[in-house]
Amino acid sequence: MSGLNTPRLRAPARPRRNRDDKSFRTPARSRRNRDNKAAALFLLPWFAGLVLITLGPIAASLALGFTDYNLIQPAKFSGLHNFSRMLSDERLHQALGVTFTYVLVSVPLQLGCALGLALLLDRGLRGLAFYRSAFYLPSLLGSSVAIAVLWRQIFGAEGMVNQVLDLVGVQGRGWISDPSTALSTLIVLNVWTFGAPMVIFLAGLRQIPVMYYEAASVDGATRWMQFRKITLPLLSPIVFFNLVLQIIHAFQSFTQAFVVSGGSGGPSDSTLFFTLYLYQRGFNNFDMGYASALAWLLLIIIAGFSGINFWAAKYWVFYHD
Amino acid sequence: MTELSLRRSTNSPGRVRTVVKHASLILIALIMLYPVLWMVVSSLRPNNEIFRSPGLELDGLQVHNYTDGWTALSSPFGHYLLNSAIVVLGAIIGNLVSCSMAAYAFARLEFTGKRWWFAIMLGTIMLPIHVIIVPQYIMFSQVGWVNTFLPLIVPKMLATDAFFVFLMVQFIRGLPRELDEAARIDGAGHPRIFLRIILPLMLPALATTTIFTFIWTWNDFFSQLIYLTDPNMYTVPVALRSFVDSTVDSSWGSMFAMSVVSLVPIFLAFLIGQRYLVKGIATTGIK
Repeated sequence: MSGLNTPRLRAPARPRRNRDDKSFRTPARSRRNRDNKAAALFLLPWFAGLVLITLGPIAASLALGFTDYNLIQPAKFSGLHNFSRMLSDERLHQALGVTFTYVLVSVPLQLGCALGLALLLDRGLRGLAFYRSAFYLPSLLGSSVAIAVLWRQIFGAEGMVNQVLDLVGVQGRGWISDPSTALSTLIVLNVWTFGAPMVIFLAGLRQIPVMYYEAASVDGATRWMQFRKITLPLLSPIVFFNLVLQIIHAFQSFTQAFVVSGGSGGPSDSTLFFTLYLYQRGFNNFDMGYASALAWLLLIIIAGFSGINFWAAKYWVFYHD
Repeated sequence: MTELSLRRSTNSPGRVRTVVKHASLILIALIMLYPVLWMVVSSLRPNNEIFRSPGLELDGLQVHNYTDGWTALSSPFGHYLLNSAIVVLGAIIGNLVSCSMAAYAFARLEFTGKRWWFAIMLGTIMLPIHVIIVPQYIMFSQVGWVNTFLPLIVPKMLATDAFFVFLMVQFIRGLPRELDEAARIDGAGHPRIFLRIILPLMLPALATTTIFTFIWTWNDFFSQLIYLTDPNMYTVPVALRSFVDSTVDSSWGSMFAMSVVSLVPIFLAFLIGQRYLVKGIATTGIK
């Protein structure tokens, strides 16, 4: 064990420790070597998942998109057939229309509610924790089958909404059985879950220093001017984050449309979300080749929307540091 | 005196504003929660009254809605609750183990190509499951895993929920590196530093992961619908959906009753884990 003592004995002879001198540390290369080995161990499950569960299936999905495959017979190469089918597939066009309407209407409404309520709940409000919980809870429940069941009742012909309308003498209708309003009930459901982005807005608002507002009000700025000139610019990165996230999220909505329409996307395909159509093609008709091609179309659409978002961000998102 | 009158003059319009604000907030909270409250009350009503009364009044408790609903499907509802519990438990354990390991590597190790791997990991957060479900289904059906819980649990054991990896990386980065250095000087290798130092310190991140995994897996419908087609393997969402499809409108009472039962675990998780939920979305949302 004398080895332990030798460095101390030799210490005076060594050059002075210098922070920039890396020689006294473990040499970087051996550290990296050791870290590489440890990383191989720690990342093993993740890497296996990446290859087997994520990237592998994505690649397979692309390959299947060029085939005809029904799970029973072997896949048959069909060239661009699946993609040319898309051009003349009326139900696909309907599904795209429904999905775009849903995303473009419900996300801005949802984020508007989230931001509005977050502003009302700002700093030091009494009962803040209660309000936050009350507004947040629906966003945890919203994607469940149970809430979709409830929606099916309350917007039904004799549902709760019509009972309330009846009390004030308004003649309601079967909101879900009417193709012109069925999608709106799902939009309402998505807006109802504004709690999650609201909590993110709240955290963002906390980060804006109070002194900005104090300085502004000393200068005589009205609340509206403070909102326009301080809150909005400083919050814009968070608005952007929520926007990207909720758009991606909305494109993937499935459960509510499925339960409310009984899996059909009806009435008259008015709630036929893209994901629901993909499900019907793949898992009702076992048209796996076409479903794979549809999956890639969805990926491209979502990537496109996110790309547009990131590009547009240059013009309105403000990064102060 | 001037100070007092000054304060009063700013106070009384301020007070009116506060009252109006609270009144509107309470009203909004009520509107938000009303549908759920109404469902709970309606689950205790006779069927015909569900379609007559938008209020919350209740005369007599129709507990038989619950007993009827419990036994309405081929197995008692408890069977589906148990199935869901197994899936949820497997998903939680899988996520905790695999995501924390990956997160340690990304946060603390200097390995070749780290930035690339990290970027790929971030990229997979945004990836919709619908894009990979078809080949995944083909793969799992070829190994005979359809109608088992494995397709729902095994991916979690392989850290495919990259969101949690990211959340944990953020958390570990916030822990002082001096602790690792001290342990290394004492001769600890990475496995021991991870198990003895980092894991105990990242309990809050693990709690957030547990609660989100619980709620998301409990609610998850898409993959459970696809992989579980044998009624004996149904989880709660799939069972509830088959209930809706198989019954006529006369049994809304028992359907509501089972819907309420299916939401109770979510509600409890929310009550217990609120702090971690709010912290979880807030930190990953900003940083």
